[in-house]
Amino acid sequence: MKQHQWGMIALGLVVFVILITFPFWSGKGKTSPQPTLSFDTPAIAQLQEKRCVEDTSFMRDNHMKILGTWRDEAVREGKRFYTARNGRVFEKSLSGTCLKCHSNKQQFCDRCHNYVGVKPTCFSCHSIPEEVKK
Amino acid sequence: MNLLISIVAILILTLLALGIALSQNMAYLLTVILPYVAFAAFLAGFVYRVIKWGASPVPFRIPTTCGQGKSLPWIQTNPLENPSGCWGVIGRMAQEIFLFRSLFRNTDVAIIEGRPVYGSAKWLWFFGILFHWSFLIIVLRHLRFFIEPIASWIGVLSALDGFFEIGIPTLYLSDATLLAGLTFLFLRRVVVPQVRYISLFTDYFSLLLIAGVISTGLLLRHFFPTDLNAVKTLALGWITFSPVIPHKVSAFFYIHLCFVFTLLAWFPLSKLMHAGGIFLSPTRNMTNNSRRQRHINPWNAPVKVHTYEEYEDEFRDKMKASGLPVEKE
Repeated sequence: MKQHQWGMIALGLVVFVILITFPFWSGKGKTSPQPTLSFDTPAIAQLQEKRCVEDTSFMRDNHMKILGTWRDEAVREGKRFYTARNGRVFEKSLSGTCLKCHSNKQQFCDRCHNYVGVKPTCFSCHSIPEEVKK
Repeated sequence: MNLLISIVAILILTLLALGIALSQNMAYLLTVILPYVAFAAFLAGFVYRVIKWGASPVPFRIPTTCGQGKSLPWIQTNPLENPSGCWGVIGRMAQEIFLFRSLFRNTDVAIIEGRPVYGSAKWLWFFGILFHWSFLIIVLRHLRFFIEPIASWIGVLSALDGFFEIGIPTLYLSDATLLAGLTFLFLRRVVVPQVRYISLFTDYFSLLLIAGVISTGLLLRHFFPTDLNAVKTLALGWITFSPVIPHKVSAFFYIHLCFVFTLLAWFPLSKLMHAGGIFLSPTRNMTNNSRRQRHINPWNAPVKVHTYEEYEDEFRDKMKASGLPVEKE
């Protein structure tokens, strides 16, 4: 095979390797720690038992599904109360229940959502307590 | 039979992944060692295959001509379908790589009233292109786990992909189109008797492996969500060469990873290498200039020739003596 064709093949391979290793060089080897969530809100400080609607690991994995189900059941079927697995009853309300404790959206919701690149549409309708106060 | 073997192979893989998910030592293997092994195998294998193809001799110009080649100035040429220069080849290759031009030419034949009737068949092209572009978009979207901070174009791509905001979490359109494309490509092999006849284990295995990746991915996103923070920390750990075994991630994630690593490692060994091979297709990437330029086979054996000039030099005296005409006096 002729010389210039090896040149083309080498060029193609170099481009391929550069593209495929994009994450390795784009971050420049910086380490970024997992986001830490802040529970430092007045409402949580007053709680006797620091427990969300369900347990932490369940909430971590499934909070978006709970919110989705709550929305459908509350808005479309009028079922406004949720009984947790340990029997406690909550009102299905993002602003009234979730944000009552987690009133620090920027230190709570946004940290993980930004970290994994999730853009939930909750707040295109719901108001954020902090921003309303300002 | 081939289908059956590949289904069994996929099931074995799934069981292996489940076993890995359940034991801590094996989880170390899957999340710390295998990612590097699979990625290195993919990179090295890919480069090796391309170099091997590059080294194979292509002595002659063998482009397929799909239009009028360059000829006399008053004959209209088709530089994309029958390229005579470098830019034509680049255009042709771009068409081939981004739009699957030659698959678009696919035809089908049917016997109608005792006569064979040929017609265009675009289904394979349509689902093929749907599948490949969706796959690309999905791979690019996954970069959000590998980059911190996330580049804005990944966010834009994900937002466009989830444009219709169907369900929570949003259904990505590329997921649906990828599934549609893959289903077609698989059913084609199973349903059409001619294609089934020529389908091998590797054909089914590629498709089923990708189906495994997609289905575990969809399950993870829509039905059995797992802790994404742990997933991203793991992925960033790979990138910075300091991986940490994640805790409390679901078994589906392990199966997903296991399928992806198998796909990566197996890629260079399989016909999935058409991703690199398409760039090296001599019938597409050569200029059709053999009428303007002489291409000589580089390993032609040297032929002993005796030209007329040499012949005349040798026998000029005798030729003159016998009255034969000579060119040089």
